[in-house]
Amino acid sequence: MARRISRTARTATRQTPAARLRRITFGVAGLAAFVALWKCAFVFTWAPSGTLPDPFSIPAALAAEYTNGHLLPALGSSLIHYVWGLAVGTVAGFIVGLLAATSPAFDDVHHLLARILRPIPPLAWVVFAIAWFQVSHAGAAFVISIGVFWVNYFATAAGVAGVDPRFYELARAFGHGGFVARVTTVTLPGAAPGILSGMRTGVGQAWMTLIAAELLGVPGMGQQMNSAAGVGAYDAVVVYMLAISLIYSLSDGAFALVQNRVLRWRP
Amino acid sequence: MSGHDLLTIQGLHFAYPDTDTPVFADIDLSIADGEFVALVGGSGVGKSTLLRNVAGLIAPSGGQLSIAPDTSDGSRDRAFVFQDTRLLPWRRIDANIDYGLTGLGLSRRQRRDRIDEVLDLTDMSAYRRRWPHAISGGQAQRIGLARALAVHPRLLLMDEPFSAVDALTRSRLQDELLAIWRRIGMAVLFVTHDIEEAVYLADRVIVMRGAPAEIVRRETIPCTRPRDRTATDFRALARNIADSL
Repeated sequence: MARRISRTARTATRQTPAARLRRITFGVAGLAAFVALWKCAFVFTWAPSGTLPDPFSIPAALAAEYTNGHLLPALGSSLIHYVWGLAVGTVAGFIVGLLAATSPAFDDVHHLLARILRPIPPLAWVVFAIAWFQVSHAGAAFVISIGVFWVNYFATAAGVAGVDPRFYELARAFGHGGFVARVTTVTLPGAAPGILSGMRTGVGQAWMTLIAAELLGVPGMGQQMNSAAGVGAYDAVVVYMLAISLIYSLSDGAFALVQNRVLRWRP
Repeated sequence: MSGHDLLTIQGLHFAYPDTDTPVFADIDLSIADGEFVALVGGSGVGKSTLLRNVAGLIAPSGGQLSIAPDTSDGSRDRAFVFQDTRLLPWRRIDANIDYGLTGLGLSRRQRRDRIDEVLDLTDMSAYRRRWPHAISGGQAQRIGLARALAVHPRLLLMDEPFSAVDALTRSRLQDELLAIWRRIGMAVLFVTHDIEEAVYLADRVIVMRGAPAEIVRRETIPCTRPRDRTATDFRALARNIADSL
């Protein structure tokens, strides 16, 4: 999926200047139409009274959240959960996925267990996260890492299983038949598109789980949203929603750069 | 043929596990230093399987296969050229050629020299920093050959290397291969289903047939090089070999 997105993005940059201008204009128009619709909904109170903020009050709400000292600490706290959860889930998912695809014995031992654990939504683990880690950074990171783990596990296992077996024969013919040489010269580069695509999905998935995990009380943007909603400050809720959107775009964009760099051999 | 035997095969047979009929049986074959031998036969007869046995990529079920001990450093006994080129798409052309050079005790400098040497031999120097997807099929086949030549093999094993390229490119690649062979003097075992190609290239043509396959004919090609595919004796010999398939 990530691959298709990056393809689309690349095609867009190859367009003629006129086509690009048209695309930007239409994009801005679509955004303006949405804001106008939102404004109408606010003015004509299509939603229950007081639950829909004025779109034009959002910049002021942003400034208020910043000056009252809520935004940056919440953001920092969320980033701690995010980075740890993402790192642990990615590394663990990669290692277990690689083992599952390269070691038949490991695959035999774990496949039933994986089948049982896999359908459990990450948020179902919140109960144990609280029991084991209390309401803490570690608990939130734990919940996030579970979702990220499965994404990377499947992407890595599928990527490794999908490596063209003819390249292993090549490796044997040219002195790279040993396990380490085979893995480093064929398995990992061959599986890299799938592995990186899984990692990138995980970068997004982590945000989804993060906010939900924090809604349960761990300090962070999710908790801020919850407490803002509790006092009817829906404009502040929107501020956090937009902050999440921005950070996701930044992290996804940064990862896309890495991905395109590593996979620059692809046509 | 002149020269010492480089490869000696005696009573070789191969069967896939859990099968009754071997792919081939009782194969006796020797190849001299510097000799160009073509192995022909119908599709599925086991030519490629025999070649993979010689390459050490699969183990024979029985019989003997030996290669004269090598005394030179920085080389491999055998190198393989695949039908499908099999360039690693994530390595640039020069890194693909470098692939076989690890573990040979060569310095970085020596490896670079080897890469230069074979790129020059195959006339591909201009493409050394390209990615494999950015070169044509014929060029990819040249790189597959260059990668094999880089390890300075005494026996070059080629598995229908020119069967996937257009006719014009094929005849050009055949002449380039002959020129390189004359210059370096390695032995070649060349598998093909194209009898004309075998007669054009080889000192000797070996014909495999049957199930299990056996060697049914060994023909030394008397025509002097460069050979003329349209000459009467060439055509007669090719037709004669085709009849024994």
